[in-house]
Amino acid sequence: MTTMETPVYAQLGMTEEEYRSVVSILGREPRPAELAMYSVMWSEHCSYKSSRAHLRRFPTEAPWVVVGPGENAGVVDIGDGWLAAIRIESHNHPSFVEPYQGAATGVGGILRDVFTMGARPVALWNQIRFGPLDQPRNRYLFNGVVGGIAGYGNAVGVPTLGGEIEFDDCYSGNPLVNVMCLGILRKEQLVLGTAGEPGNVAVLLGAATGRDGIGGASVLASASFDEEAATKRPSVQVGDPFEEKKLIEACLELYERDLVAGIQDLGAAGLSCATSEPAGRAGLGMDVDLDRVHLRETGMTAPEILMSESQERMLAFVRPDNVDEVLEVAERWEIDASVIGTVRADDRLVVSHDGELVADVPAASLADDAPLYHRPVERPGWLDDLWSRPFQPGEVPVIDTLLDLLRQPGVGSAAWAYEQYDHMLFLGTVVGPGHDGSLLRVAGTGKGLAVSTDGNGRLCLLDPRRGSARLVWEAALNVAVTGARPLATVDNLNLGNPEKPEVMWQLVEVVEGISGACEALGIPVVGGNVSLYNETDGADINPTPVVGVLGLADPMPALPPRLDRAEPGMEIWLIGPEPTDNFAGSHLERLHGPAGGRPTAADPEVGLAVIDEAVRLAHVAPVLHDVSDGGLAVTIAEICIASGVGATIELEGTAELFGEDPHRFVAVVTPGWDPPALGRRIGVMGGDSLRIGDESVSVAALAEAWRGAIPEAMRS
Amino acid sequence: MKVRVTIDRRSEIADPEGHTVMRALHDLGFEDVQEVRMNRVIDLEIAGDDPGEVRRRVVEMCEKLLANPVLEDFEVEILG
Amino acid sequence: MRVAVAVFPGSNCEHDVVRALGTLGAEPELVWHRETDLEGFNGVVLPGGFAHGDALRTGAIAALSPIMEPVRRMAESGKPVLGICNGFQILCEAGMLPGALIANRDLAFICRFVEVEVVDTGTVLTAAAEPGQMLRIPLNSYEGNWVDPARTGRVVVRYADDPNGSQDRAAAVANEAGNVVGIMPHPERASDPLLGSDDGLVLLEGFVRSLRASVPA
Repeated sequence: MTTMETPVYAQLGMTEEEYRSVVSILGREPRPAELAMYSVMWSEHCSYKSSRAHLRRFPTEAPWVVVGPGENAGVVDIGDGWLAAIRIESHNHPSFVEPYQGAATGVGGILRDVFTMGARPVALWNQIRFGPLDQPRNRYLFNGVVGGIAGYGNAVGVPTLGGEIEFDDCYSGNPLVNVMCLGILRKEQLVLGTAGEPGNVAVLLGAATGRDGIGGASVLASASFDEEAATKRPSVQVGDPFEEKKLIEACLELYERDLVAGIQDLGAAGLSCATSEPAGRAGLGMDVDLDRVHLRETGMTAPEILMSESQERMLAFVRPDNVDEVLEVAERWEIDASVIGTVRADDRLVVSHDGELVADVPAASLADDAPLYHRPVERPGWLDDLWSRPFQPGEVPVIDTLLDLLRQPGVGSAAWAYEQYDHMLFLGTVVGPGHDGSLLRVAGTGKGLAVSTDGNGRLCLLDPRRGSARLVWEAALNVAVTGARPLATVDNLNLGNPEKPEVMWQLVEVVEGISGACEALGIPVVGGNVSLYNETDGADINPTPVVGVLGLADPMPALPPRLDRAEPGMEIWLIGPEPTDNFAGSHLERLHGPAGGRPTAADPEVGLAVIDEAVRLAHVAPVLHDVSDGGLAVTIAEICIASGVGATIELEGTAELFGEDPHRFVAVVTPGWDPPALGRRIGVMGGDSLRIGDESVSVAALAEAWRGAIPEAMRS
Repeated sequence: MKVRVTIDRRSEIADPEGHTVMRALHDLGFEDVQEVRMNRVIDLEIAGDDPGEVRRRVVEMCEKLLANPVLEDFEVEILG
Repeated sequence: MRVAVAVFPGSNCEHDVVRALGTLGAEPELVWHRETDLEGFNGVVLPGGFAHGDALRTGAIAALSPIMEPVRRMAESGKPVLGICNGFQILCEAGMLPGALIANRDLAFICRFVEVEVVDTGTVLTAAAEPGQMLRIPLNSYEGNWVDPARTGRVVVRYADDPNGSQDRAAAVANEAGNVVGIMPHPERASDPLLGSDDGLVLLEGFVRSLRASVPA
């Protein structure tokens, strides 16, 4: 097939119907630059055209929500004039092409989303998923992604507090790299992505623009649409944390001095998005002169400049009398700045290049008129079959099973990864990586902000609604064990091909599961991201929503619980409901066989009571630890390893020890305390072995298995 | 045989480190510097005396390990 | 007493250093790297971070920054000069401390607490510590592996184990006079038990004591 036969819009990934919409909006055939802009703005990634109709289901309101979904990041009020900004994004596909740069630019992008709001980014997390490490390609991807996260995050000077790592066959051809960022700001420093008023000047700040990330745009470069141009692969985006660091400091100074009316980062869809969205939000238009854009490469065409995804760029909207001061700030921080446009009083986005008009479109149409699809939804037929084949382990040898679980790279210590991340910068990390949730102190207040993220593709494959609801409950409990009350949620929905009705069904179920749990908890969804088309050779990944919960500890416990604070003689209590014999989606199931059965549903009433208890106990208990990956035996083993103390556990049964039913956590306390209503005493700390029933193992052997999980797998 | 491999980032791919070094050179008064690319040189000693065969082997090494084909170009030079 | 905390493009520990020194009674002030005059300061700290993005060699470009001239003059007149992590690397590149810092033995960034021993109390950083005192302080670096081919360096703090391959297990090194010190682990990050340790305070207190004894430039 020659490119002559393929219409340009199709080469840019548009359908004929979408092309006709553009013609109808403009009342004429689009110019090349206009077509380029519509094609990137109407891509799945930018427009959420397959998912948008369903995302409306999310509860998004609460009195403390300052900015909900739709802006660059969600913002909530944490009291005393302080706000917290939070955002999660995926960088799955770029990380598969080039793992180091893919992950690095993911970190860069999520930081920009947060400091665009006026916030100083104070912490990063990442949720990464790969195929099994016995395959060299997966080791290469894992190593590259961790290297990119470390390389960018450390150099940009924002602490990375860990996150989640999961391994499963379904990610072999399609790793998942999700990144999350938290920022803190004073109320008066909040900035929005708006162009403000007519006459405002658009100043492009940061890195020069090159042909990074351009797919089909080069096709438009030549009128002949030759074969060579069409086969040009997109240039890999390269992250520059040093440029980003300077950009952060420069922007924070601009906000502090109140020099910008609005600001927008340049991410996907580059300048097309950064000009049209802020203008559209303000109900205005903009004149843009592409000849003023500072470029890294020569000979770039208008479509290329408009579509470029070069990193580390921001577009600030500035009152004319502040432009000189803005340029001075940029010069002081040693970043480039160009005045590229002016906000118009009407609604037209008018772009010129080489002195010629290359685009004249209604600014808001690029975002607001994007297609909205109601794709077919159908429950997969294979689900009943899966549900009919639950995994039933029976009695298992306790210590051998525990050691096997601890050796799993998805259960054992993640220190191999997080010790490569600077997680201590800013002197705020009170509870860091290796715990259920992170806890940061907010300087100058008695408050702490807690964050936890959870995902579990296997659980969500077996029941996307129950599975995703459980993720919300688990993340909420994880922030509660640091002493924080859940405040808001963000989500990143990693799914397969939406053109398959079963994948759309998974999407609808996941949204329902998250929404239901958030409503029960009384917390809003303040932002999210959807990553579709995660498939290889027609095989979709397990539906893998990742849920992040932000919590507020006010006041923060004087000495928040940590895993390493258990001492000999302390009592071990289990708080939460009795477990059932359900192992669907558990790590024990992963060890022994294929996924099967229907996971236990969350119980909102119990869930809320357990969270209340956890928040209360966080002020008195030295150790709180939730029961999740690998079940209670792993929970206890992790406390023993971190504290260097053995324990004796008076419990038995596979469900008690290895079940992963929700709403359960362990408290280690000094004897003679006021026992909680939902709790039962299950053992005592002491000695240098973990004894469960009549089996025992040294803490040293547990530690060796747990610490070696990832390093051993990486050596294989 | 002595072989020199030069690995450079493809011209359309950004080179932030080179950009930073160029700025520093400008700061020091070397304002005539127009571009800096931070390339790498790898010297190898290969058993064998057929330059064509040695070159073929080294190209294979570059494609498999020494260079990242997504970002970099390489050049193989037989030094003798 | 006033202490300058130099800020290079890419520095990132400057606010942490200001906070930690401030609580000990010093008057830390951020000073941009283009400053050429440090009059009125009793001493200077070069904080951690990635000055100039670590381009070329870590610390290489920062060592040529305008501020390094007055820093050098302060060092020569005996005033306290402290480099932490990237600051240590800059002092080596500037030739104000012997040796150089190269990539860690295992070619990975290390971020964890390490045990160190104070082996020399005759410097501006270790003035308040006891000889042989063991401290638990975070190490956070990729290029923390000190090499000193000439063997002229004065090791003042040593790692208990060997996390990164550093020569003589050196964690901190001083010039001959003891007024210029570079330390790879971060004492300011061990300044509060809530963060896991306050063992770094004895070093920062020593530095503040030295500042107090120093006459402003």
